[in-house]
Amino acid sequence: MAESTASTGTPPRAPASASTLTTAEVVAAYRWMVLARVTDERCLSLQRQGRIGFYAPLQGQEAAQVGIATALRPEDWVFPAYRELAVALTRGVDLQEVVDQLYGNAADLIKGRQMPNHFGFREQHFVVASSPIGTQITQAVGAAMAARRRGDAIVTASFFGDGATSSNDFHAGLNFAGVFRVPTIFFCQNNQWAISLPREKQTRSATLAEKASAYGFPGVVVDGNDLRAVVRVVAEARERAVTGGGPTLIEAQVYRFGPHSTSDDPKRYRSEAELEAAKKRDPVLGLQHELRANGVLTEAADAQIWDEAKARLAHAIEVAEQRPPVAPTSFLEDVFARPTPRLEEERATLERLLAAGTVRP
Amino acid sequence: MTELTLVQAVNRGLHEAMKADPDVLVLGEDVGVNGGVFRATEGLFKEFGGDRVIDTPLSETGIVGTAIGMALYGLKPVAEIQFLDFIYPAFDQIVSELAKFRYRSGGQYPCHVVIRTPYGGGIKGGLYHSQSTEAYFCHTAGLKVIVPSTPADAKGLLLTAIHDEDPVIFLEPKRIYRAVTGEVPDGDVRVPFGVARTVREGSDVSLFAYGAMVPPTTEAAEALAQEGISAEVIDLRSLVPLDEPAIVASVEKTGRAVVVHEAARFCGFGGEVAALLAEKAFYSLKAPIARVTGYDTPFPYALENLYLPNAATIADTARTTVKAG
Repeated sequence: MAESTASTGTPPRAPASASTLTTAEVVAAYRWMVLARVTDERCLSLQRQGRIGFYAPLQGQEAAQVGIATALRPEDWVFPAYRELAVALTRGVDLQEVVDQLYGNAADLIKGRQMPNHFGFREQHFVVASSPIGTQITQAVGAAMAARRRGDAIVTASFFGDGATSSNDFHAGLNFAGVFRVPTIFFCQNNQWAISLPREKQTRSATLAEKASAYGFPGVVVDGNDLRAVVRVVAEARERAVTGGGPTLIEAQVYRFGPHSTSDDPKRYRSEAELEAAKKRDPVLGLQHELRANGVLTEAADAQIWDEAKARLAHAIEVAEQRPPVAPTSFLEDVFARPTPRLEEERATLERLLAAGTVRP
Repeated sequence: MTELTLVQAVNRGLHEAMKADPDVLVLGEDVGVNGGVFRATEGLFKEFGGDRVIDTPLSETGIVGTAIGMALYGLKPVAEIQFLDFIYPAFDQIVSELAKFRYRSGGQYPCHVVIRTPYGGGIKGGLYHSQSTEAYFCHTAGLKVIVPSTPADAKGLLLTAIHDEDPVIFLEPKRIYRAVTGEVPDGDVRVPFGVARTVREGSDVSLFAYGAMVPPTTEAAEALAQEGISAEVIDLRSLVPLDEPAIVASVEKTGRAVVVHEAARFCGFGGEVAALLAEKAFYSLKAPIARVTGYDTPFPYALENLYLPNAATIADTARTTVKAG
């Protein structure tokens, strides 16, 4: 890409040109994309079967997510929204840990405290997600300020959607980042729909990326279905950030194939024809087609990637379903570093109610 | 020991904490070059520079959101919100994020931010420079809520806040920023959270207050003493965690309780103290628990003296309580 667009207001569109990835790296990314796709499809049915309580699918966003996660480094910090399952996997989070969170079982790192998809993995610098929209944006800016103060040559990346560009924290976060020239990447996956609200009703701006120019730093539009293009714009933004050049807003244009979550039915607000048109640019099937057509993957090798993903997932689900539930009094922990006397008292009350059989988990 | 005003004690606490630990930093509106609109951060910019005394754009959600990010990364940010009345743009960051980070991450991501903010009336500040809305924060699990009333406590509790592991809402009674002076210990002398302070002992009635209500409550107790009524004054100073044993023990001794705060009465913190006493000291009570509070209106400008409790209204209620039984 892409000179700074701060003065023009019209963001450049990153070209779909030569890859910075080796063939082996592309195949590795493809594996993550397949694992995410397989997990997504299976989790939607697990929710329908009542085996998990909720799910927020990411189908259509695999190349964008795996792309940025490929371009970031392990020491970088990720501030996700609640749809970043492929980012977590690509950063090396164990599939089992992801699935345990979906089940909220005794092995869940967040102890069954949050709905599925709201996971966090400290070891991979994957900060725990929340449901309010956009709040992670200012937090990522603050973490980047802290990293710079510590002298750590890392970037932080915040993840959000088209809807979040209307939030208070989008404005505050981008404004602070511009003022303090912070080493951060704002990664907007514009999946065209904020639950039922289409992108064009979210803002009159022609693109979301051009909003960066008002904050005094570059914004760039990238085809989020193009793995290589995403990797390249993120790598460029990262390089600029760690060398003191400040933040970048990246708008990865994608399409949300599924519902916002398992709690809504997109047929109420968008046409099948629109969905079918978008699916012609399916990032996973598109890369599959290319790798097969180029002879990088034989039909058998490709089938093996899909079969392995399904087998890994089936195993993780089986393990997760056999694990014990979270301990019934565990919800009283971690409110503070140490429980207050009042919380101790409430624990005693709960223990008594449990022992008497008055309440059950 | 040094004789300081309350706001000077805050400043001293910040200064010593920053000097001792390079991870401590201050951010907020006008906190740098200007030293804060109340001068709480006076001199810090000059000594520690703009990287640690950060003048931010005018956005409370930006201040608290970035402070959270800094804390997650391991720094110890002390954010200043210029007036408690202006904290609401950051409410989502405080109640949805700051208060819940440790919990929602299963302990993976503690988030220790101190938010200092001046609160309360009596400065002719009208609707938006006078409010006392501590109850919002006390009601949110995961936040500690601290309200000093003396210079020594302002410094000692602030040092505890900065060295704590949990988020702290640190409410500074701006009405007595300069009206109160007192001896403040030099050095890193901390006042623990969750421990009330007995301002004066008494045997007929317990008066519970915090922040800017402690001086008029103490004045009321002195007036009552002239009339032969022995009032005990307890400065709660730590609303969360609350020193419940001290509150209960005082009423077990006196048999009567009056709770004083300048916040509106309905769902105010006094209701929690009254409920606590009803639950744990009921059989010691000789008279109904009384409250002296602000009215259930927005905070008035011209008539703020009528809105706010004072020594006379506190003494009046205490007399009624003592006569009641």
